[in-house]
Amino acid sequence: MLDCFRDPVYIWEAGEAELKASGLCTPKVIRSLMDKDVRESITAAMDKINKCDADVITLYDSCYPSALKHTADPPIVLYCRGKLERDEVCVAVVGSRRATWYGLDMAKRLSRELAVRGITIVSGLARGVDSQAHKGALEGGGRTIAVLGCGVDRAYPPENRELMNKVMENGAVISEYLPGTEPVPYNFPARNRIISGLSRGVAVVEASERSGSLITADFALEQGRDVYAVPGNINSAYSTGTNRLIREGAKIVTGVGDIIEELNLEMTSENLNYSAKKSAGFNLSGDEKSIAQRLMSGPVHIDSIARDCGLSIAAVSSVLVMLELSGFVEQLPGKFYKLTE
Amino acid sequence: MYSKIKSCGLMGIDGYIVEVETDISSGIPAFDIVGLGDTAIREARERVRSAIKNSGFEFPIRRITMNLAPANLKKEGSSFDLAISLGILASTGIIEHSSLQRSMFIGELALNGCVKPVKGVLPMAVCAVQNGIRYLFLPEANAREASVVRELHIVPVKELKETVSILSGESEIVPFVDTAFDDEDTDGGYTEDFADVKGQENVKRALEVAASGGHNCLMLGSPGCGKTMLARRLPTILPSMTFEEALEVTKIHSIAGILPPGLPLVKARPFRSPHHTISDTGLVGGGSIPRPGEISLAHYGVLFLDELPEFSKKSLESLRQPLEDGVITITRVNATLTYPARTTLICAANPCRCGKFLDPSGQCTCTPGQIQQYIGKMSGPLLDRMDIHIEVSPVKYKDLDSNGPVESSAVIRERVEGARRVQLERYKGMSIYSNSQLQPAMFAKFCRLDSKCRDIMKNVFDRLGMSARAHGRILKVARTIADMDRSEEIKPVHLTEAIQYRSLDRKIWNI
Repeated sequence: MLDCFRDPVYIWEAGEAELKASGLCTPKVIRSLMDKDVRESITAAMDKINKCDADVITLYDSCYPSALKHTADPPIVLYCRGKLERDEVCVAVVGSRRATWYGLDMAKRLSRELAVRGITIVSGLARGVDSQAHKGALEGGGRTIAVLGCGVDRAYPPENRELMNKVMENGAVISEYLPGTEPVPYNFPARNRIISGLSRGVAVVEASERSGSLITADFALEQGRDVYAVPGNINSAYSTGTNRLIREGAKIVTGVGDIIEELNLEMTSENLNYSAKKSAGFNLSGDEKSIAQRLMSGPVHIDSIARDCGLSIAAVSSVLVMLELSGFVEQLPGKFYKLTE
Repeated sequence: MYSKIKSCGLMGIDGYIVEVETDISSGIPAFDIVGLGDTAIREARERVRSAIKNSGFEFPIRRITMNLAPANLKKEGSSFDLAISLGILASTGIIEHSSLQRSMFIGELALNGCVKPVKGVLPMAVCAVQNGIRYLFLPEANAREASVVRELHIVPVKELKETVSILSGESEIVPFVDTAFDDEDTDGGYTEDFADVKGQENVKRALEVAASGGHNCLMLGSPGCGKTMLARRLPTILPSMTFEEALEVTKIHSIAGILPPGLPLVKARPFRSPHHTISDTGLVGGGSIPRPGEISLAHYGVLFLDELPEFSKKSLESLRQPLEDGVITITRVNATLTYPARTTLICAANPCRCGKFLDPSGQCTCTPGQIQQYIGKMSGPLLDRMDIHIEVSPVKYKDLDSNGPVESSAVIRERVEGARRVQLERYKGMSIYSNSQLQPAMFAKFCRLDSKCRDIMKNVFDRLGMSARAHGRILKVARTIADMDRSEEIKPVHLTEAIQYRSLDRKIWNI
């Protein structure tokens, strides 16, 4: 039918006689195309699409992402806010909504370092790891794509509205669901196939035994994508899923290099020492240095810092604020401190 | 025949002389008590009748009229029983009228003539001294409480019969002297001590700062991490109470009837921890004749509100004015009374609904929205009165097990007293006495920042995302930390430490 009419708009605007004349439609299809209720609901949907200023990209459009197009079950229509590119190198960074500081940190760090190297980060805008992945990509100054399980006019979870706007400015927010669709639970597993479909590889940062990100990993395997997993403490319930992936053959991620290597990309060497460069600029005093040293191994509680560095609580408090002001350390809830990435 | 006996009534935390007048005349037998007494006083007629009879005296079958003067003030309670019965006995000539001069009588009677303890004896004793009374007859169980007032002969009595025999000269007056009470002993006798708390050094430090400047605190931490245990120990590091302060606290506790038996003077700073179902009346005081609420019972001590978000909004709102003014004035139909309410407020709350947000294990199941909502429940004007926010983390087993030296309360208290002395000296002749009471207009004079400190302050607001209301609070707390350091001006170290105590104003809470 599309071959004949060339554009769906013409089908839409065609009268009953024309459709009949084309000889391509059964009477049932013509009836439903002419039905008043159907036409009204389609008009309402168009209104919604226009209202949130979303682009409608069909499987036949030239800007439809080619990686996704060649999967088994590509969505016919993508609603897109922001800008989607046809051929970009994407890596998905996904993980648990409920993650530990370690998981959140790793998600942000990996995404940032990938983004710095010009790789687009795809994720699901969910709480936890997903949000950190988007944030990391934005920090690294790269592009990022958020695939939603609801309409693109909805911010879900609501606290991510601001993040969603930023993603739109530096990439795209896409969904296969009509604007106005509620975030119902059964939509989310289906959108995971888009996340993996868009990407060359899927990095699972932290996932428990029953995490939804494992579904994404399954899709990735079906679609012939690489699966990377960030290892975790074997006692941690938050890493059982990722550790199992590694046992089953997923590529272990001990640094951004492991992903880059697999992607076979030509990398400029200037980007490689991003982290090291950033911290070199600081000039630390004696106390500051010993505190910074104590923080090397991860977040530490203020009491432990004081005890291990042999300083009074008052002194440590004061030094930590100074370090925080210079952007060297970060405070976490519960008076824990960690080095800034 | 007519007789007149002195007793005492209570108005707020002060006593006033009540003259119990008795007139017995011929006529139809009756027994009336006038002078705006409450039900307890009306029922005194029955207690007195039986007590007189059972003490072996004759109750006159004549027309008895009694008046409690001043007749325009409402009187309540059972403390007039003893005076009423003696009035009748004096009118019938069993007691010599002259023996009643310069004496005051307080006590409730049992039907068998025993004298039972009453509430509010200390303010009554103070009132007696002020009115030139020499002998205070009171229930034996109240004797120690009244003995705090030294210029008075305390005569403890066990029963009505004994009282009569003393008054008629048959037995000797043996004034009560409490030997166990020693003015010099001001330790307070706390059973808790900061040495009991293992670990939690940063919380202890924060509480020391709070004690030094009289700052109100908010403690956030998961259930079972020791918030209550730490708060309970705050009174032990507050400066010891002066005799005048102790007397004032004892007066309030005496009226409320919560003085522990055998404790003449409350020397330990009170620690009040009302349950979160408390009404606003329970918190600030009230009743037809207003009684002191928890905030007054915590006068010169600590008022601890555990589970702050569970308290009703209305009761929390009612705390605002007394926290600011240090007194609470309650107006009811019968009376308008002012109770002192100068207290350090310590609030505790879980950081979120499931309580595990501050737990590093990351088991919190709350969404950021829920955390915001939970914290939002207690936001607003009351939070604005919290100078110090403390995040309490669960204590680790390593700390519980360690035998390292832990500072005792006495050591910390000594430092706190030093810092308070600095403040008292500085604010001499002003209406305030501690840094927590500094008003914004005084910041320029007492909390001046040099250019380095101002840079830090500016940086803090830019980088850490502090909210504007934090500014004044940081200045006050920095002033206190400088005082603890005996430093005239606020230095960067003082300022930065103060910034640590504003957790809730930071961005991490609005993820």
